[in-house]
Amino acid sequence: MATVVKGMPSERGSSTGFFPASDIDTGVIPIRTSGRGMLQVAVDEARRSAALQAPIKTRVEHLNFYYGEFKALKDLNMEIREKQVTALIGPSGCGKSTFLRCFNRMHDLTPACRYEGNITLLPENMDLVSQAIDPIEVRMRIGMVFQKPNPFPKSVFENVAYGLRIRGVRSHIRLREEVEKALRGSALWDEVKDRLSSSALSLSGGQQQRLCIARALATNPEILLFDEPTSALDPIATARIEELIAALREQVTVLIVTHNMQQAARVSDYTAFMYLGELIEFDETSKIFTNPGRKATEDYITGRYG
Amino acid sequence: MSTEGLSHHISSRYNEDLERLRSSVLEMGGLVERQLSQAIGGITEPDVKVMLRVAQEELRVNQLERSIDEDCSRILATRGPAASDLRLIITILKTITDLERIGDEGEKVAAIAARLAARERPNNRYRELRNLGELVIAMVHDTLDAFARYDTTLALQVLRRDRTVDEEYEAIHRQNITFMMEDPRSIGRALDVMWVVRALERIGDHAKNICEYLIYLVHGKDVRHTKLEEIEKELQSPRA
Repeated sequence: MATVVKGMPSERGSSTGFFPASDIDTGVIPIRTSGRGMLQVAVDEARRSAALQAPIKTRVEHLNFYYGEFKALKDLNMEIREKQVTALIGPSGCGKSTFLRCFNRMHDLTPACRYEGNITLLPENMDLVSQAIDPIEVRMRIGMVFQKPNPFPKSVFENVAYGLRIRGVRSHIRLREEVEKALRGSALWDEVKDRLSSSALSLSGGQQQRLCIARALATNPEILLFDEPTSALDPIATARIEELIAALREQVTVLIVTHNMQQAARVSDYTAFMYLGELIEFDETSKIFTNPGRKATEDYITGRYG
Repeated sequence: MSTEGLSHHISSRYNEDLERLRSSVLEMGGLVERQLSQAIGGITEPDVKVMLRVAQEELRVNQLERSIDEDCSRILATRGPAASDLRLIITILKTITDLERIGDEGEKVAAIAARLAARERPNNRYRELRNLGELVIAMVHDTLDAFARYDTTLALQVLRRDRTVDEEYEAIHRQNITFMMEDPRSIGRALDVMWVVRALERIGDHAKNICEYLIYLVHGKDVRHTKLEEIEKELQSPRA
């Protein structure tokens, strides 16, 4: 809610000074103050335009998705802004993970699945779900982190270097640099710098998850997808990952699926609420969690859905 | 949004918590309202026993304020309320502060009424104070009604009435300045009257604040520091 000091001169609208001249004779100080402070109006405007300034990274248009006969996603339309965190929330089975997985073509191997409509990656207008686009190309640019940490049964170093090697990086010096950068980016470097050659499986769950984030970061993706990245972690590891997501916003666009409503409220700039394969409401996170526009959203986030 | 919405939580204990909180606020409001009407009654019909009761009820009001505060922080900590539930908790936290202040002002009025009773009384027996007092009591009463029924139309009415209170305040103020200039011996009494009028005017402001919180609770719109005409216009645009 806005805070304006009551009685500030700027609040008095048309009167010329703090005390209108007509009242000075009797010494009556008028007590009525009204109108929005000019300062507050300016601040609100600035905030609104900053959010709108973020360019659009991806445009989802009339996206339908079918598992065989079953239509899992129904005519989704939304715009995802660059270097902002967008959260997808909704009850189990609402299609939020299915939607997330469309972004890096994780469904391609599912038999009888079908995409309709498009997910356009800007600025080059690449349609991520077009069959003409190689899924490997898509995954180079859009990384994903899963619910359970899934490091390769290799050393810490090799886990992060894997994507780079696939991309053809051979120089050991370059690999070391990039691995360090990715590990620093995922806030793991200080904890693993002395054990880069030990098995990734020897790390704790939270560390493994951050390793997976480093692995995704190493190839310098434009978008990072998180599918409930903290649901298998304790509160401390969760807090670290959330911090990390907030920091990642500086360099990548983030899409995150989460069942933890508070987490969505904490880490995201925009929130989309999905239900039964439809996008019910998509708005700024602060709006969704304090004053959602749709009743269904309200019921879900307040725990009335059921 | 309606009050019935409160009964649909998956967790029935959460429902009960919120419902109990709401009724505590109404209980506190009821106490404050009674305290206020006794205090104002005391100006024209001074009664020392009644004045003492006002002071005692103040203790109960303070107690309620603390326990409601505690319940709110417990719900915030354990339930992480969102949307309308969050707005309810915020509204309650703010409302009880204003209610408690109304209680304080009421106590102040009672104390001055006791003092005025000891002085020579003017011919009109403080009729202007009585009028303003009744206006303010009605505002507090309707504010609580509006809160109980989530009735923002009534809340808007209360907001409108605050203007009348402010005009009354300024009129009595001028009148008393005239009295004081005419007869310096009346200064003591006139100042006391001014204290009462000031307290009543503040009570009107607190009632107005609560009505603004209520509009926030029901419509999710922050209408503080907004012109009345703008609030009315804003509330006409329906919620999606």
